[in-house]
Amino acid sequence: MIDREQVRKVAHLARLDLTEAEEVQFTTQLSSILEYIEQLSELDTTNVVPTTRAIEGSNVMRADELIHHADREAMLECAPDRVGDYFKVPKIMNEES
Amino acid sequence: MTTAAPAKIQYEAVIGLETHCQLSTQTKIFSSSSTEFGATPNTHIDPICLGMPGVLPVLNEKVLEYAVKAGLALNCTIAPYSKFDRKQYFYPDLPKNYQISQYDLPIAEHGWLEIELVGADGTPNRKRIGITRLHMEEDAGKLVHGGSDRLSGSTYSLVDYNRAGVPLIEIVSEPDLRSGQEAAEYAQEVRRIVRYLGVSDGNMQEGSLRCDVNISVRPVGREQFGTKVEIKNMNSFNAIQRAIEYEIDRQIQAIESGERILQETRLWEEGAQRTISMRIKEGSSDYRYFPEPDLVPVEVSPAQLDEWRSALPELPASRRHRYETQLGLSPYDARVLTDDRAIAEYFEATIAHAANSKQAANLIMGDISGYLNAEKRTIGDIALTPSSLAELVNLIEDNTISNKIAKDILPELLIQGGSAKELVERKGLIQISDTGALEAAIDEAITANPKELEQYRNGKTKLLGFFVGQVMKQTGGRADPKLTNQLLLEKLNSLA
Repeated sequence: MIDREQVRKVAHLARLDLTEAEEVQFTTQLSSILEYIEQLSELDTTNVVPTTRAIEGSNVMRADELIHHADREAMLECAPDRVGDYFKVPKIMNEES
Repeated sequence: MTTAAPAKIQYEAVIGLETHCQLSTQTKIFSSSSTEFGATPNTHIDPICLGMPGVLPVLNEKVLEYAVKAGLALNCTIAPYSKFDRKQYFYPDLPKNYQISQYDLPIAEHGWLEIELVGADGTPNRKRIGITRLHMEEDAGKLVHGGSDRLSGSTYSLVDYNRAGVPLIEIVSEPDLRSGQEAAEYAQEVRRIVRYLGVSDGNMQEGSLRCDVNISVRPVGREQFGTKVEIKNMNSFNAIQRAIEYEIDRQIQAIESGERILQETRLWEEGAQRTISMRIKEGSSDYRYFPEPDLVPVEVSPAQLDEWRSALPELPASRRHRYETQLGLSPYDARVLTDDRAIAEYFEATIAHAANSKQAANLIMGDISGYLNAEKRTIGDIALTPSSLAELVNLIEDNTISNKIAKDILPELLIQGGSAKELVERKGLIQISDTGALEAAIDEAITANPKELEQYRNGKTKLLGFFVGQVMKQTGGRADPKLTNQLLLEKLNSLA
């Protein structure tokens, strides 16, 4: 149902470093989860509108009103690193192209 | 049979634009922080736009209204049921590691807009450009790269999240554009429309309007598209046009020399006037969209849709057509006057009282626009009302004043306002069209300049202009120019 290559790809997209043992383990586990979910396809859903949310309701909105958030300093301090007014992040791109 | 060289292959470009427009709301799309541009870094931040755990984004109702209005103005079908999705990618400009956008159920689809290019001979060439879709999304933060002016050489980056969560609409065109000029005109028309609607200021320098270009070339007649290249980083309409023209040449040359076009993203370098590869591997992006569980779906009722539709102003394309067909203005004039909604409305308020719309158009496009540009003001700032401008136009039209006098008094009217007619009367500027009075002034001018008269008699007929000038000087510019010319000519020739 799902192979090691797909597990590696998903892990890469989620920026997860998996060991070989974990890759094997997750391939088996993910496969059985997907197989379990797959049972749903036995149902006839021809006349069912695709669902995007599990709960009812729509159009929850707010007015376009400015509310200044006071705790700026606390928010900046949450980050691992900062320089003055800025958040500081590590190097983004590798040197090789 | 002669062995002629094979005919040179003709190529055509296939171009589509993705345009991001920042909506003119007070606050962000999902939180109550300000959208103000240019503030101290990280002053317009809050736990929602920073993606703190446990926060709940809530849609700004103005964002939906503006997006629907833009969709309607672009002749789109508005989705009765729409939702938001998460687009996942890791980049520090997005603190949540996903962007809230719309994927398979965008708010608007299947529209079009009309572009009009005015040819060298003044004839308009109109073309309909398809709009694939329009969706709502949040903007990302801004990165400053440290240790180098280029991303690749920097050792760290600084992030400002003031822009994170600022509301955008992304408008995706069909690949219906064929040249840099068409693409630049399309982008300008998008800007005119969002400005007419008042949903965006369309300011390219501040990044309120950003265009990404998708472009490929193919031999004329071929159905299949060539390999597509994306170009980014153009910050003017002119840059869009030049980047496309450069890229068309580059791709044709590559194909002719047997190279393969790489599917890639390229950056326009304004200084060097060229595009360069961003060296980002394509095909590795996989955004794993899924429905945003924190936001409920959006439903637009037919009644709401009707209300918004009825609030739409007349749009630039319709105005252009009306000015050309009903007012008889040239396509060029129609285009200039309709570029800015406030100017178009000023013009229309003027011609509601004025006899000659061409005359009114000329004053607005000429002296008044010149004044606005020089003083960096907008039409709403001037003291001259449309009805006073109409008076001025009518005074020219019925020969009460000359064009020159009109231009002379315009600055005073622009700054101090008031009635044009009263000003003309108060200053005694009414044109002299009385033959007797003009002949007296002409006689005086001739008597005072015997040397010039002699030269005129000897064939230097272009001195007519000199004498006209003398008459104008004497009458303080009030002499009817046409009549003065005619009478002077008669007089001088009778003396010859």
